[in-house]
Amino acid sequence: MWLYEKKLQYPVRVDTTNPTLAAMIIEQFGGADGELSAGLRYLSQRWTMPDKRVVATLNDIGTEELAHWEMIGTLVYRLTKDATIEQIKGTPFEAHYVNHGKSLYPHNAAGSPWTATYFNAKDDPIADLHEDMAAEEKARATYEWLINISDDPGVTDTLRFLRQREINHFQRFGESLMLMQDNNGCRKHY
Amino acid sequence: MDRVQIDRLMELMEYEFALTETALYLNTHPKDERALRIHNNNSAQYFRLKEAYEMDYGLLTNQGMSGYPWNYVEEPWPWDIDFIRI
Repeated sequence: MWLYEKKLQYPVRVDTTNPTLAAMIIEQFGGADGELSAGLRYLSQRWTMPDKRVVATLNDIGTEELAHWEMIGTLVYRLTKDATIEQIKGTPFEAHYVNHGKSLYPHNAAGSPWTATYFNAKDDPIADLHEDMAAEEKARATYEWLINISDDPGVTDTLRFLRQREINHFQRFGESLMLMQDNNGCRKHY
Repeated sequence: MDRVQIDRLMELMEYEFALTETALYLNTHPKDERALRIHNNNSAQYFRLKEAYEMDYGLLTNQGMSGYPWNYVEEPWPWDIDFIRI
């Protein structure tokens, strides 16, 4: 089960109203390599993972991704909450606004709605963990590009934190893969 | 939310993050005694700070005891906290 705590994982700061930047950051809210895809991928893979240490890793990283999803939503919300119609018109956020107003909705920066086809669960620890490691690196790359286009120092600070978490999770999944491959005395070898 | 409350929340968030880090590491290294010691020390301090914070400022989870009226619904929700003046 899950238990909600009324706090963010990291103090999200936003210095400006910036609908254009918000429309790009939404990539990590509902895009292929975004936090929602990451969370559901790892949590879906838990049931059939044969090693208890790797189950714990999938469980806890999957849970952390949901906290990151909340942080990304907070960035988008705070970049747009005070925006006037004039500030929205002519920006890429305008297309989001005509359907959702200032609500958060999981689609990517180009407007495609989130889909479960962004990830897989294969009941195969080697296939799953390789997907997980690739997913962390793809998310890290997305954060690099977002940092490159960010012109808000508070947003950049949060994006840097999230980029670092991708690196850390990649490390933990790499160790998980080694645990699977080194399982001595197991009936089944991977 | 005044400066003192934000500072105390931030301190709690720091301990919570430290716990997240050591927990993830321990999942793949359950026999690392040094990491376990760091985790356990931070855990004790985290729960002390959390209990004191909730006593002074209201519930962070809906499992705690609240004064009247039920204070879990009180604002701000996390996405509305203004960390900008740090």
